[in-house]
Amino acid sequence: MTGAGLAVREATVRFGPTEALSDLSVSVAPGEIVAVVGPSGCGKSTLLRCIAGLQPLDRGSVLWDGVDLAMVPTHRRDIGLMFQDHALFEHRSVRDNVGFGLKMRGRKAAERDRRIDELLELVGLGGFGNRAIPSLSGGEAQRVALARALAPSPRVLLLDEPLGSLDRARREHLVGEIRSVLREVGQTALHVTHDQDEAFAVADRIAVMRSGTIERIGTPERVWHDPGTAFVAEFLGHNVISTPEGPAAVPADAYRLVPTNGLEPGPPAVVFDVRFRGDHTVVTVDTAEGERVRLRTGEPTSLRPGDAVGVEIDPERVTPLGEDPNPA
Amino acid sequence: MRPRSGSPLVIGLLPLAFLAAFFVYPLAALFVEGFRFGPDEIGGVFSRSRFWRTAWFTVWQAVVSTAVTLLISLPLSAVVGRYRFRGRSVLLALVTVPFVLPTVVVASAFLASLERLGLADRFGNSAAVIIAAHVFFNVAVVVRTVGGYWRGLDDRPEQAARVLGAGPIAAFRHVTLPRLRPAILAATSIILLFTMTSFGVVLLLGGPRRGTLETEIYRFALNRTDFGTAAVLAIVQLVAVLGLLVVNSWLARRLTQRERRGATARPRPRGRQWLGIAAAVVPVMVFLTVPMSALVERSFRSGGSYSWANYRALTDRPPLLPVDGVTALSNSVRFAVAAMAIAVGVGVAASVVIASSSRAAHLRPSRAERAMGWVLDVGLLLPLGTSAVTLGFGFLVALDEPVDLRPTWIIIALAQSLIGVPFVVRAVVPVLRSIDGHVREAAAALGASPSVVRREIELPMARSAIGVGAVFAFAVALGEFGATSFVGRSPDRMTVPLAIGQLLGQPGQQLRGQAMALSTILMVATIVVIMIIDRNDRAGVL
Repeated sequence: MTGAGLAVREATVRFGPTEALSDLSVSVAPGEIVAVVGPSGCGKSTLLRCIAGLQPLDRGSVLWDGVDLAMVPTHRRDIGLMFQDHALFEHRSVRDNVGFGLKMRGRKAAERDRRIDELLELVGLGGFGNRAIPSLSGGEAQRVALARALAPSPRVLLLDEPLGSLDRARREHLVGEIRSVLREVGQTALHVTHDQDEAFAVADRIAVMRSGTIERIGTPERVWHDPGTAFVAEFLGHNVISTPEGPAAVPADAYRLVPTNGLEPGPPAVVFDVRFRGDHTVVTVDTAEGERVRLRTGEPTSLRPGDAVGVEIDPERVTPLGEDPNPA
Repeated sequence: MRPRSGSPLVIGLLPLAFLAAFFVYPLAALFVEGFRFGPDEIGGVFSRSRFWRTAWFTVWQAVVSTAVTLLISLPLSAVVGRYRFRGRSVLLALVTVPFVLPTVVVASAFLASLERLGLADRFGNSAAVIIAAHVFFNVAVVVRTVGGYWRGLDDRPEQAARVLGAGPIAAFRHVTLPRLRPAILAATSIILLFTMTSFGVVLLLGGPRRGTLETEIYRFALNRTDFGTAAVLAIVQLVAVLGLLVVNSWLARRLTQRERRGATARPRPRGRQWLGIAAAVVPVMVFLTVPMSALVERSFRSGGSYSWANYRALTDRPPLLPVDGVTALSNSVRFAVAAMAIAVGVGVAASVVIASSSRAAHLRPSRAERAMGWVLDVGLLLPLGTSAVTLGFGFLVALDEPVDLRPTWIIIALAQSLIGVPFVVRAVVPVLRSIDGHVREAAAALGASPSVVRREIELPMARSAIGVGAVFAFAVALGEFGATSFVGRSPDRMTVPLAIGQLLGQPGQQLRGQAMALSTILMVATIVVIMIIDRNDRAGVL
């Protein structure tokens, strides 16, 4: 784990009797984007604050290229930080916001101006330099915050729910934009969000957090197809069913609904709820095995609650789950 | 890790030293002075009938002033709190002007109106005129406290009561009035405090035979140079005021803790409601505008006709007065500017400490920082509640050691700034507190050290609040009378309020005309200041 880039090692943070982080370890290689997801209160923002030096660790360490940062205060850590509420400096213009980090690093005015223009161009706000902060829309403010964080080329960019305050459509649009901007500059980044779609859209690797520890980490594909624990499977929206070999995860789209003709060997499943979601429909059924599962179908359906229906599973997509490391 | 330079603990040293040297030390010296008296002499002070007459009048006039103020101001508060109409902000501004007028100006205005209305013989030097003047400048306290609180109240409980069958009067009595109680109590205790410590109005309107503890301290200390008796009286006053301050801060806390949110949009008045509004507003407006207009009118009247003569005469030195009016004006401005500078320096430093000590626990203000924040928060408000006369007397007794400040004019600026600091703190602290923690953290992440964050982010964001506090401190210093009477006694330090006080004390129409001219100038300056503050005041200092 000691290598280039950012590493958090066995970090523990206590708030009174509760542990916000317990023995958490994670590393981010140079140029890599890692997304940390988890339910609210799982400690993901605390992890960010520790890396930023805003929250002291009770145990463990934060390292950069193998060097411990414990004695380095926030303003010398060379990090970028982006918040949900933008945290822009309202008394300064867009230019001055973006240029703030450069000024703190003692860059010359001419160099600053060049870099500011470059960054505003990059986030699609060319010509916005002299605008006042209160005149910006939510999306624009978010881009300024991104430009400001990127301007000094920080070693690592920390994003704390950066898009939480935007509506869904704008969020999806900006997620794509953030990813391409981060890629373009090869930015190392740690992106904290509660929204798994956002995490999947941005990250090279995804870490799923649960009560202060990382329960699963890997590429989006791997975490999706092999969630490892029931907690992660459920967090991703998979069904957890029991099989003779033990619990297993089944994604909602791994099922197929088939009409029942009453000739099947076993009793059919019964529809509990049908929810039309636009491009797909979520059908919740109670199976003959007594489990309630959510399944997802792209085809139109005329099922109603109480209908009997046959359910087939794609056996390829049933993934056995390991033992739960920390049962709830 | 701490304290480093630029940490709140280091910054807090300046206001803490200021508080210790210019508030705690002078008051302590008063105690020493008072207890230099033996038990017999102290007993002697209390056995005089004059003491009990004074104490009784102090309390009596304060209670009556407060009751009358509440009586005429509550209907006005209802109008301000319940309706939205054109002219509402004008109404509020008009109510506010008397509150910020210097006390000598209020006294001049009432003398001018007694003269104009031909009531001088009947009501001159009466308790009634003192009470009227107290009501005059305290209406604003009720209207702003109760009316403002009323406006912020959620309407739905009243609506629920109405739906449950309560008529408008029953809904008011059983729902609205109990909800308004903390605001009414807070206003009541503030007015009691103000009227008990009122000095200029009582001295100038009450005549030589009527006195409160304030004027008695002044007379014993300066007219009779009986410092011992004056100090004993000052201690009595301090204890009484401290009691009121404790009650007041407890009430103020309740005021902010209670329900507030959910301000409902207020309706425009209709039909018969206008009648009720007029009945509440018009008499009070007449009462507030008559003295001010009488003052202006009197300032232009000279020998039976209107002219600038009284103003022109300000360049000549009147007999019995050490300086001419123009010199007094320039002295006043000079001292007030210095007082403002001191108040801003001390007040901003204190605000930084107070704001950072009350931050959320995870930002870890240390225990020492919290303690210092609390001491400054409470300590710097005390001079506002303490009577100006007591402060001035303390300065006179104490500040000859270790360095004798009494011969220098800085002592005036110091005394005046002591009363200005709380306004700076009240303006700046809420703004500093409102700066989002994330903004600070974002700045730190971008490479700004804590002191750079303060300089580049916090103070610029608080700039307009600092301006409001500064202007307020300037206005307070400009009109200060009680403390300045003690420390501004030498001729070259005469300020406008002192000059007005002396001119009013002399016989003669011409001198009185000059006093009115100076008062009018001071009043106009105060109104300009209010307008500046009103435009920029986000924290609600006014």
